[in-house]
Amino acid sequence: MKTVEEIKAAIEAAVPGAGVEIVPNPSPSAQHSLRLKPDHAIEVAKFLRDELSFDYLSNVTGVDWPDREVAEKVKVTRTVTKTVDGVEQAAEETVEETRKRIEPGCLEAVYHFYSVVLKQGPLTLRMRTVNRTDQVELPSLTPIWRSAEFQEREVFDLFGIVFTGHPDLRRLLMWDGFKDHPMRRDYVEPDDFEYEPTARDEVLKRAQAHKDSEQQTVNSGQRPGAA
Amino acid sequence: MSLAETKAEKFESWNRPPVIEPDGEGELLEVAMGPHHPSTHGVFRMDVALDGERVIRLKPVFGYLHRNHEKIAEGASYLASMPYTDRLDYMCSLTNNWAYALAVEKLTGQEVPERAEYLRVILGELTRVQNHASSIGFLIQEMGASGTPLMYAFREREKILDLFESLTGSRMMCNYMRFGGCRVDASPAWLDAARRVVAGLPGFIDEMDRLLTSNEILMARTQGVGILRPELAINAGVTGPMLRASGVNYDIRKVDGYGIYNRFNFRVPLGDHWDVYDRFMIRMLEMRESIGILEQALKDIPSGPVMDAKAKVRGFRPKPGEAYGRIEAPKGELGFYLISDGGPNPYRYRVRPPSLINLTILEDMCLGQNVADVVLIFGSVDIVLGEVDR
Repeated sequence: MKTVEEIKAAIEAAVPGAGVEIVPNPSPSAQHSLRLKPDHAIEVAKFLRDELSFDYLSNVTGVDWPDREVAEKVKVTRTVTKTVDGVEQAAEETVEETRKRIEPGCLEAVYHFYSVVLKQGPLTLRMRTVNRTDQVELPSLTPIWRSAEFQEREVFDLFGIVFTGHPDLRRLLMWDGFKDHPMRRDYVEPDDFEYEPTARDEVLKRAQAHKDSEQQTVNSGQRPGAA
Repeated sequence: MSLAETKAEKFESWNRPPVIEPDGEGELLEVAMGPHHPSTHGVFRMDVALDGERVIRLKPVFGYLHRNHEKIAEGASYLASMPYTDRLDYMCSLTNNWAYALAVEKLTGQEVPERAEYLRVILGELTRVQNHASSIGFLIQEMGASGTPLMYAFREREKILDLFESLTGSRMMCNYMRFGGCRVDASPAWLDAARRVVAGLPGFIDEMDRLLTSNEILMARTQGVGILRPELAINAGVTGPMLRASGVNYDIRKVDGYGIYNRFNFRVPLGDHWDVYDRFMIRMLEMRESIGILEQALKDIPSGPVMDAKAKVRGFRPKPGEAYGRIEAPKGELGFYLISDGGPNPYRYRVRPPSLINLTILEDMCLGQNVADVVLIFGSVDIVLGEVDR
């Protein structure tokens, strides 16, 4: 089996401008992965299948990376005015500052490939969307490997990555009318209120909140069990 | 649904399902097979469009049993997901345990003691035998042989489940494997009981062989039905007995040699007609090979611990990283993909379900066949809805 470095070099030689990047994996499994730019994904996929014999796409999944706050310590050199022996002087001083910045989140699709012909694998490939809100498109690999068909539908359903070029991109596990993407880390579970016969303060509060939210939505007819 | 709609080519791609043209005039009949049809092995629906008896279009509909297993696992500690993997493919809880334990062991680099590896092989192969036996039983049941073959299979399965119960405490929800070993050791009495059950298995398979293999009705119903070409099978990610019935020599026990499988002699049966009958035969032959592995493992099993006493169970936190581990489960490649961020819960926990992915080509196999054969083709895929919908 070729190492990821060799595969990266082969891809870059075959598809100029592919923009492949090695993502090291520090765990003992040592399954390092390659991150692709989505622009050339189809060409790279065809190259992997036809030239490097990765004919079997085993696993497709998504990972959600929400926006996160990163605290970094930065050394800053600045000019300060100091008073030395009654005379004001400009002096340079280096201080450590903790700066916080927001690292923008993204959605990631992860692919695991094996080769049935050469009995090799796995090769891990990843692609990232631009952000998590409006630019969530990634090219679909279903035309290259049919096994991605249901798995990409599942990732679309649960994570909300839109696979362009997928022949039949519908929800797979959730029902069609469902709005959210449950595997995202900021998913809020629905208010699954149930009437409890031993009503306490907390329960009554929850019941009232549920009632308010029910009235806001379209509520036709009587719900069973509603007192 | 109009006829024109079925003819429309929605996209350009070489591996899309073939387009079947209806013969006659008139409307197509749309049938929803399931979700409460007895042949769907649970709650699963196929929206089938029929021209007379012929299937023109078939769309599987999933999700009736969906509980977002992955989300639940991401909110629980690593060990807390172990009993929940039993519920994926509830016919084969021990191989599910094994796949999950293997993935976590890849993530942490834990070693498994020798005796535990042997116990895993013994339990995994017993699981394979009982799964294949009952899947054959169900297939024949769906053909109309009401009862007899299925009850023969269940009689044998019951003996194996009794073994599971006496070792793990539960017939189906075994929750037996741990990261770096197994939960409890098997007693010598248990091993003797297992040897007795294994000694009785060849007789059972001979009986099934005599009853079924050259049965005229079975051959008439299954030969030439539901053909799956090898190239398409590989491309569509089909694994397990389905793939090998299509003539592709790919058994993860041989390819990866995970655990200690490279110590055992066994052959990989392959199909050469790629139809439902081949899938039935492959399962029969795989049971025989499993018995061979069981005999070797039960002969060679060493004494020793089944788990490293110092292995960390509480406060289990793998270092950041990721791992994809897979095994040859009875239904195909069962994989677990885990990302750790150093916390007590997995950051990402993914199950690669063989049952779901083997259904990708269900439409391709069924198009142009009679509607009665859809039941057989679907039965020959061998799925469990607990794993499809997760």
